[in-house]
Amino acid sequence: MSLNLVVGHGGLFQFHHGVFYGVAAYTTALMLKKTSLPIWTGFMAGPIAAAIVGLVIGGFCVRLSRLYFGMLQISLGSLIWAIVFRWYSFTGGDDGISGIPMPSILSPLKNSYLFILILFFICMILMYMILKSPFGNTLRAIRDNPQRCEAIGLNVQQYQLIAIVIASFFAGIAGVLFVVLERSVYTELLFWTLSLEVFIMCLLGGWFTFIGPVLGATMMVILRTFVGIFTEYWTLILGIVLILLIFFLPEGIMGFLQEKLKPRIKDLSREIMN
Amino acid sequence: MLRVEAVEKSFDNFKAVNGANLTVKKGEIVAVIGPNGAGKTTLFNLITGVLKRDKGRILFKGEDISELPSYQINRKGISRSYQIVNIFPRLTVFGNVQVSVLSHQRKNLKLLTPAQNLAIKETRTILETVGLLEKDKTMAGSLSHGDQKILEIAIALGTQPELLILDEPTAGMSPEETYTTIELIKKLAYTQGLTILFCEHDMDLVFSIAQSIMVMRQGQTLLQGSPEEVKNNQEVQEAYLGGE
Repeated sequence: MSLNLVVGHGGLFQFHHGVFYGVAAYTTALMLKKTSLPIWTGFMAGPIAAAIVGLVIGGFCVRLSRLYFGMLQISLGSLIWAIVFRWYSFTGGDDGISGIPMPSILSPLKNSYLFILILFFICMILMYMILKSPFGNTLRAIRDNPQRCEAIGLNVQQYQLIAIVIASFFAGIAGVLFVVLERSVYTELLFWTLSLEVFIMCLLGGWFTFIGPVLGATMMVILRTFVGIFTEYWTLILGIVLILLIFFLPEGIMGFLQEKLKPRIKDLSREIMN
Repeated sequence: MLRVEAVEKSFDNFKAVNGANLTVKKGEIVAVIGPNGAGKTTLFNLITGVLKRDKGRILFKGEDISELPSYQINRKGISRSYQIVNIFPRLTVFGNVQVSVLSHQRKNLKLLTPAQNLAIKETRTILETVGLLEKDKTMAGSLSHGDQKILEIAIALGTQPELLILDEPTAGMSPEETYTTIELIKKLAYTQGLTILFCEHDMDLVFSIAQSIMVMRQGQTLLQGSPEEVKNNQEVQEAYLGGE
């Protein structure tokens, strides 16, 4: 979802979105495990840390154009991964961190699911509001035509940076939710394949729609769970689906549905009007 | 209002602008003419900060703006349209202008207020002025070429400029559309008091509306004067108008 904010609406090549997710998960995990601060501060620290990392990485990246933006992001993200991977004493290296304490309310699985669901909906609503706000509009304008935006008095790089920070923050919330669910973190969370996975989710669902990424994520999980039962090569099926998608539905599933439904809704409203 | 003094700009070894001088007074309609490749668009890009000049000065209301990035130049009160259509194709006509109006009002950073409630009056006024109000919900990308060129001007108007720069506003338009555009330019200048700087290939248009004309050749300013002076100038006759 948050990735879609940057790529679909901001037109930036955010190749390494997972790193913000991972940073937040690690921050929360470390805060909960190694400090005796109240648990909620740990929850808060995750997204904030992600946003700060977003600010730093984004600050470097927005100065570059398009593809280089993505490349630099992958390298900077991988750097963070390498640090976490190597720094055994602090992050547990490739063992990760497990047995993270949780407040007792969240202990039953049902409660933690509920917590995640509620937060998910709050985030959805917030992001929806942001996309419908002048900021969202401006972001889409920048995606369509950055040069023109400069000419009407917009500091394009500043807007792109803010978009990245906001997206990192939301990715950070997702990272915290992962900790709530799994009670452990490991270095895969920071590895670039995860970013790729999120990227594919958005691709499946459709870039330019709001619900697209959610649909994409659902599809991906379904595919992994059900096809994964029959064969460990479920990614092969995913690959085929992706290729078909790129050829036949370049706007993603939601984009396709929207296009198909629009004329129908129009017809309907016309009939009602008549 | 605007003074360009001995400005030079080269790309690699090619001098695109090589000593351009231009004066635009408040409330005037000024045209820049010259053959293809004379450096007209480059000059406009230098004034609006898209490109940085190598030498010379660009003064706007007495202030040197030649080092400012283009978004800041826009905030000083200079807005422009482009020769090649340069709009936001995936936004509606309304949205195109609204972004610009919001930029002027510094409201683009509002995160949680719905955009549909903001800057409606201002945006509609501009659309009405240019005659696109009926098409406000159309996707900008699906407008006709002529309407897209008009939308160009509307976006530029969104930031309430004092100086409006138009790069070949009627390029590719039908005679009818050209006529509408000329009327629009006149309206903006005479009733709204905008200062307008434009370049154009259509000589009839230039001589019918410009109060001052600057002639460029090979990146250099040949002269700037009233339409009469330009018409009667021997050098201009040979260089540019000669064949006609």
